[in-house]
Amino acid sequence: MPSLKQIKRRISGVRSTAQITRAMKMVAAAKLKKAQQNMERSRPYAHRLMEAIASLAGRTSSDLHPLLAVREPNYTGVVNVTSDRGLCGSFNANICRQTQKVLADFSGKTVELITIGRKGYDFFVKRDAKIYRHFPGVFQELQFSQAAAIGGSIVDLYCTGHFDRIYLVFNEFKNVVQQRIVCEQLLPIIPQKPMTAWRSVEFIYEPNSAAVLDKLLPMYVNIEIWHILLESYAAEQGARMSAMDNATENALELVDNLSLQYNKARQAAITKELLEIVGGAEGLK
Amino acid sequence: MPEDIQLKETGGAATIHVTIVTPSGTQEEYDVRHIRLPGSEGEFGVLPGHIPFLTTLKIGPVYMDTAKERIVWAVSGGFVEVLGDAVMILAETAERADQIDRERAEAARQRASGRLRDSRTEIDVNRAQAALARAVNRLNVMKS
Repeated sequence: MPSLKQIKRRISGVRSTAQITRAMKMVAAAKLKKAQQNMERSRPYAHRLMEAIASLAGRTSSDLHPLLAVREPNYTGVVNVTSDRGLCGSFNANICRQTQKVLADFSGKTVELITIGRKGYDFFVKRDAKIYRHFPGVFQELQFSQAAAIGGSIVDLYCTGHFDRIYLVFNEFKNVVQQRIVCEQLLPIIPQKPMTAWRSVEFIYEPNSAAVLDKLLPMYVNIEIWHILLESYAAEQGARMSAMDNATENALELVDNLSLQYNKARQAAITKELLEIVGGAEGLK
Repeated sequence: MPEDIQLKETGGAATIHVTIVTPSGTQEEYDVRHIRLPGSEGEFGVLPGHIPFLTTLKIGPVYMDTAKERIVWAVSGGFVEVLGDAVMILAETAERADQIDRERAEAARQRASGRLRDSRTEIDVNRAQAALARAVNRLNVMKS
């Protein structure tokens, strides 16, 4: 049985931990709100761009542009999106496990990793996986220019033939307590079906449809990267929020148990003291 | 003409509906009589009744004329789509003239021209040139 003093110290320790985890939950909630606003704001642009690409791609043959052309997938790239920081439950572990599964699917063929976020990088470095490229520190201050830089280098890698196919593995923000792991193909781009309203209208493209497509498609890749960065960031904050909420609850439960233990010990000590006094008095008679 | 797209009759007080969107979330809508845009193949104007048109944008000013006033924006890169009596500007960045921070733009211009002098590689030079063009565009738009 630990002494009263020990229990007391333990209680105050656990209590301050609960305070920290509660504060972290609040911070995550604030960041989540901002991330959700960002997601909301980037949506109209992405939506319009997809429409324009769909209408243009539907009108031109798919081998027109290298980003649309399907090649034999000999060299596959897998983009793994994790967070930079921990304390967000199984957020990073889940995504890394899924990426490992994807990598295993391609065993026998050449497959290399591109990591965004420090946690995923650390995970795969420890396991001696082949990391072709790492983009660190993206989530410290999310900006579209960062997504554009990542998108640009991925498009370069694809166009120079280093990769024939590129997949993205990331956490999608479903709601505050739920994340969904998504594995989707980034390149070659799979164009969506053009909307009926578009198909029937003859457009004029300046300078020509190929040149416009040449600008639209890399922009699409950038937007897609931007989208998954925002998505992953929001999911991370959501995961952290629920992880910290759990931690706070557990800590408070622990405080309750310890308080009970403390009171029991205190009572036992008092009883013991009383017995001693009574015993002493008896002896004097 | 398909049923779901109706091109309004031109003439009279016809207006074009302009929407400006950027990836970082700017979204503004205007109803204007005339709009002038910096297309990659040269500047062009759009009046009501324009044919469907899609082109890329370069760095430059956008002038919009409503019945009352002239609205000016600075845009850089992106696309513009003219469909029906609607103009959709998908710019990489876009700022309205009266919202541009002069000091920031001036600082960006000096930074870019400094970098342009010191740049060694072709990529650096291109990047610095683009940054310079954006800063100069912002400053020009403010003056107009």
